[in-house]
Amino acid sequence: MTETGPIVGVLGLQGDVLEHRRAVADCGLRSTVVRRPAELARVDALILPGGESTTMSRLLVAFDLMEPLRARLASGMPAYGSCAGMILMSREVLDGRPDRRQLAVLDAVVRPNAFGRQAASFEADLDFVGIPGGPIRAVFIRAPWVEQAGSGVEVLARVPEVPVAGSAAGRIVAIRQGSVLATAFHPELTGDRRVHQLFCEMVRLSNEVPVSARYAGESGTRARGA
Amino acid sequence: MSAENTVSIENTVSAKNTVPAENSNVERQVGTARVKRGMAEMLKGGVIMDVVTPEQARIAEDAGAVAVMALERVPADIRAQGGVARMSDPDMIAKIMDAVSIPVMAKARIGHFVEAQVLQAIGVDYIDESEVLTPADEAHHIDKFAFTVPFVCGATNLGEALRRISEGAAMIRSKGEAGTGNIVEATRHMRSIRAAIRSLAAMHPEEVPAAAKELAAPLELIREIAAAGSLPVVLFTAGGIATPADAAMMMQLGAEGLFVGSGIFKSGDPAKRAEAIVKATTFHDDPEMVAKVSRGLGEPMVGINLSDLPDGQRLAQRGW
Repeated sequence: MTETGPIVGVLGLQGDVLEHRRAVADCGLRSTVVRRPAELARVDALILPGGESTTMSRLLVAFDLMEPLRARLASGMPAYGSCAGMILMSREVLDGRPDRRQLAVLDAVVRPNAFGRQAASFEADLDFVGIPGGPIRAVFIRAPWVEQAGSGVEVLARVPEVPVAGSAAGRIVAIRQGSVLATAFHPELTGDRRVHQLFCEMVRLSNEVPVSARYAGESGTRARGA
Repeated sequence: MSAENTVSIENTVSAKNTVPAENSNVERQVGTARVKRGMAEMLKGGVIMDVVTPEQARIAEDAGAVAVMALERVPADIRAQGGVARMSDPDMIAKIMDAVSIPVMAKARIGHFVEAQVLQAIGVDYIDESEVLTPADEAHHIDKFAFTVPFVCGATNLGEALRRISEGAAMIRSKGEAGTGNIVEATRHMRSIRAAIRSLAAMHPEEVPAAAKELAAPLELIREIAAAGSLPVVLFTAGGIATPADAAMMMQLGAEGLFVGSGIFKSGDPAKRAEAIVKATTFHDDPEMVAKVSRGLGEPMVGINLSDLPDGQRLAQRGW
């Protein structure tokens, strides 16, 4: 493992945290678990893992992470969300729960469990814009899709337009807006690291102040307000 | 144990639910091992709560549960009332599914593959083939590969866990002793499973076949575990968790998440206790947090000493 370079945090409230950390390690970057505001302040990027978005949303509020995380995202910290992470970062969720709290950093409207309940969870091959080497195997688990994407949102993958896709044909399942990447599926569950490599490249190229420059003088004191 | 399952193929849903596309090589595959086991990965670090009404399901969801288990009676009531415990009324399960957005699980009796077919037809997200209900077959568990919906099964030791995995279970929970509010059996089972995995991982390759014989589990699966040092599926714990400290202890012993049954809705303040158990699970390695959330929770459920239970009432002894 490298001793220098950016540190990718993985939001560790719940979900498949370990699988994302393994993927980040395979891409040659360090990772750490983020459960507290102080831990968020020490990472250069954040992955919001797969899990239950309702649970994570409540815990973000309960553990005082919602506002600091919004601030970091607004300042351009690279972030990647798979499934629940995509839901949490979107502007609006079509689930009829007005009490849901959103990070709202993606100009996208998502429909949770869009493909159906667990029996409808599936795997399929998808073409992914910007990822060379052929289609990627995408694992969808009670997955959302993006129902509407704003003009600043780049669409990276859609459900293939084949008869078997039915009403899901052409639905958007991967997007990028600036420094934020999101997929409705779980690349962390396959051995194919190309989506994480794409994200780790975004982290390496990030213009957000590197973590080493954020501390001045006394150790642990942040030089820049969050 | 017979490797042949007596379930007739015609009576079960085909294991190969591949839907081929007509003019394309693109296909959507449902019910794969990756999709079934992956679903359990998404629940890790979370708490799955037993609920008997839509109102309780909402309380559980608001408290931060990652899923609910819909059932007619919590284990403590099954114990108190006796009689045959069966799958819940599909109407009640459907109402709970409508009430919450988190996944809904439901229990089928050990070996009762038709209850499982019914639960799949209703659309539950996970089936628990559970010793808490009265077993329907004393020789065979359900052939879980025959279903699109994934299964979780209980185990008291590694051999039992591996037999369930070889039948298609996509998630394992240590059994504990449900409905007692007593953590001692959960501790025993989790320690037993973890210790056996550590022992396998430390073995010389030529010692592994003898271990497979002793564990009465398939050699290939045993080799996989010896190489990886972990189960190929997610391991939760269940049975007897009543306090945030119980939850944190099971997580520190190596559980990847928890099932809490009677411990929440048989306590004085279910909403508050449910939230405290969720927080203690997330911060299981932070004693200050566990202390903070343990304050002022009101009455816990009344526990039962295991020595007061007659042999026939030990639920963990069901299944093999």
